[in-house]
Amino acid sequence: MELQNLLVIAVGAIFINNFVFSRFLGICPYIGVSRNLDSAVGMGAAVTFVLTMASAVTYVLNHYLLAPTQENLFFLILSLSQPPDLTFLRTIVFILVIASLVQFVEMVIQKSSPSLYKALGIYLPLITTNCIILGVAILNVTQSYTFIESIIHGISAGAGFTLALILMAGIREKLELADVPQSLRGVPIAFIMAGLMAIAFLGFSGLKLVP
Amino acid sequence: MSALKEFTKGLYKENPIFRQMLGCCPMLATSGSVESGLGMGVAATFVLICSNVIISLIRAIVPKKIRIPIYIVVIATFVTIVDLAMAGFLPALHKTLGIFVPLIVVNCIILGRAEAFAGKNSVGLAFLDGLGMGLGFMLALFILGTIREILGNGTFMGIPVMSSSFEPVLLMVLPPGAFLVIGFLLGFFNWIERRRTARG
Repeated sequence: MELQNLLVIAVGAIFINNFVFSRFLGICPYIGVSRNLDSAVGMGAAVTFVLTMASAVTYVLNHYLLAPTQENLFFLILSLSQPPDLTFLRTIVFILVIASLVQFVEMVIQKSSPSLYKALGIYLPLITTNCIILGVAILNVTQSYTFIESIIHGISAGAGFTLALILMAGIREKLELADVPQSLRGVPIAFIMAGLMAIAFLGFSGLKLVP
Repeated sequence: MSALKEFTKGLYKENPIFRQMLGCCPMLATSGSVESGLGMGVAATFVLICSNVIISLIRAIVPKKIRIPIYIVVIATFVTIVDLAMAGFLPALHKTLGIFVPLIVVNCIILGRAEAFAGKNSVGLAFLDGLGMGLGFMLALFILGTIREILGNGTFMGIPVMSSSFEPVLLMVLPPGAFLVIGFLLGFFNWIERRRTARG
């Protein structure tokens, strides 16, 4: 039952509600970085990595510090009469945690794996302002996912983003040779193609996964 | 004279959506109808003006090295204000916009203006810049929302405007419609610019 639930979340995030084509998160890097296959793979890997970490960290923060649960640390340590509701601080706390997490991940990778750092290096700082990270963190809370579900949701959101990026990069490499009308060259044709791909992804919405 | 220029540049010449390609995600996601597009535009404009003014006021005391985190905290504070106010006074709109209200924090227009303009200019100019950029963003959302709502639903602000024989193109209010409309709109603006440069 548990496993089935996780599968529903994963397939939902990758195909049915693909983060680029149906939720409109992460469009800026999607249009900017999808010019060639190598940078698309690099960006996708960096985003997936940060998403997974961010899902775990924001879940812990929300559950133990912000949300009015029985395990709220302020409630336990200060022995208050009832758990405090600090959820109004969520946006500020999440964005600060994500920004510092990206910095931290960058430093760790630089120390521990210089080759990976070289591959991901330039994409890491860009990720802070990628709305997909904050979007997934907030969705995890609003859908009230458990810890494991949050992490699976983060990984599959990253996989869906990478899939969209790679598909787009493949088409755009071919498009370099195509005879596109002058005014539509560059970004406009990228949006139009994204629209056509979104139509294809609409087909997945027919999938019925809820048992 | 230059103050007027700071205000008007956001509307067309440096329009955040059509010219600078900033803030695409909320623009695509909330332009399904004119109403939700305008709601998003007003919310983002409010945050943009407030954060521009505050950042311009504190620009002398902000250490250069940690300016970005400080800007983000200022922006996030105003986003929280908008989020709570909208949930209290306009619950229906708050529900339609969903997670895109807290996501105004990562709207690149706002951080972009803080970094490129408000951190270097006086309060008055920063206010005008924020107002102009915000109105430019709202204008883009309004155009996109109008096209999508009329084609996809046959209505404008909820009022039917097409004849009864008009068959709504459902695709336009679905996600693909947003990509297609913005693609062709950008192409159209490119075409105007090219004709202008070819003439003069």
